[in-house]
Amino acid sequence: MKIIATDRKGEVHTLEGRDGWSVMEILRDAGLPVAAECGGACACATCQVYVDPEWYDKLPPKSDAETDMLDMAIAVEPNSRLSCQITCGPALDGIKLTIAPE
Amino acid sequence: MAGRHETDVAILGAGPIGLFAVFELGLLDLKAHLVDILDRAGGQCTELYPDKPIYDIPGLPVVSGQELTDRLMQQVKPFDPQFHLGEMASGLDKLPDGRWRLKTDAGTEIVAPVVVISAGAGSFVPKRPPIAGIAEYEGKSVFYSVRKMEAFRGRNILIAGGGDSALDWTINLAPIAAKLTLVHHRDGFRAQQHSVNQMRELAAHGKINFEIASVKALHGANGILEEVTLASPDKGEWRHACDTLMPFFGLTIKLGPIAEFGLNLHEDRIPVDTEKFESSTPGIFAIGDINTYPGKLKLILCGFHEAALMAQAAFHICRPNEKLRFQYTTSSSSLQKKLGVA
Repeated sequence: MKIIATDRKGEVHTLEGRDGWSVMEILRDAGLPVAAECGGACACATCQVYVDPEWYDKLPPKSDAETDMLDMAIAVEPNSRLSCQITCGPALDGIKLTIAPE
Repeated sequence: MAGRHETDVAILGAGPIGLFAVFELGLLDLKAHLVDILDRAGGQCTELYPDKPIYDIPGLPVVSGQELTDRLMQQVKPFDPQFHLGEMASGLDKLPDGRWRLKTDAGTEIVAPVVVISAGAGSFVPKRPPIAGIAEYEGKSVFYSVRKMEAFRGRNILIAGGGDSALDWTINLAPIAAKLTLVHHRDGFRAQQHSVNQMRELAAHGKINFEIASVKALHGANGILEEVTLASPDKGEWRHACDTLMPFFGLTIKLGPIAEFGLNLHEDRIPVDTEKFESSTPGIFAIGDINTYPGKLKLILCGFHEAALMAQAAFHICRPNEKLRFQYTTSSSSLQKKLGVA
């Protein structure tokens, strides 16, 4: 599956997602600047992404923990998600997202 | 504890690795002072995930971040480490006698022949909203913490955020502010329920305003805020008059002043050897997430190993004329005396 990620400079990266990995892990391993300070524990809100509106509704809904944690994120938008809480899989092939400001 | 302190080892960062370093150094009769910007020990373990389970600490099938910290604090107690909490390490220089001087922003100076940097990813600092020009308002109109409540009397305050700090300060500042508005992106909060209830009570009685929106722009001049632009998906954008903005979005980690210490850095990490975990500057060691070397894994257990090897090398610097006696806690009565169990 492919992840189409726009970084903070507006540059677009097409990344190979791995089934079962979190989107945060794919972004991080590609060297994109997601801080992901807590390492994927849904505990720091530093891996926020804006999911393209056409993909947002295709994602499984946020858990209460993710909704709560987004209260600690800055510049939250209606299409904000924490990328550590999005799991790669065939249904998300081609997902478009933008890394939120730090 | 401002003032000058002389010791064997100055440790920068009181997370799990800094704490275990105290233990390993203590077994070798080396005393330590620790500096941490947080107001309690534990680092990321207590700040980011106090309640989350950790499953890969040898011998502890499951332990929370808080419990691991509590246990380490118990483990280092016999060595009586001195903590300088709530202080940011702000400078490091070498004295003419060859020892190092670690300074903090609170005026503390720790003089020691060995410095151990166990600072994780750096310093926890408040998250700064990505609003254009916010820096010029900081300290005059934009505040990330409250030092003296009285400074906010009579102000027209806008608090942004939906966690405990945002709600606590909404409740505490409401009686002294001229006007107070809380702004959050949703009608829900990551906070104690009684704080949420209290805030809603204040809003119902017109003591504060609550807006579901986010701050998009600041308007003013010379650091003096006059208005902000608020925006919400339902209502679009509008201007809101206020003279004070207080963003409360928790903490994030920045490398901070370590970058200015004159150490060799590689991608914000300190390269070390794997025999002593010493940096390229003799006497300065780096252990835990802050260091890098071939094969580095950012795991707490690896930091513990690094602390043990660092302590051996630190001994030779602190006690150049003494012979290091390698002993096991299981069998050594002298180690057991130090631990207070024999």
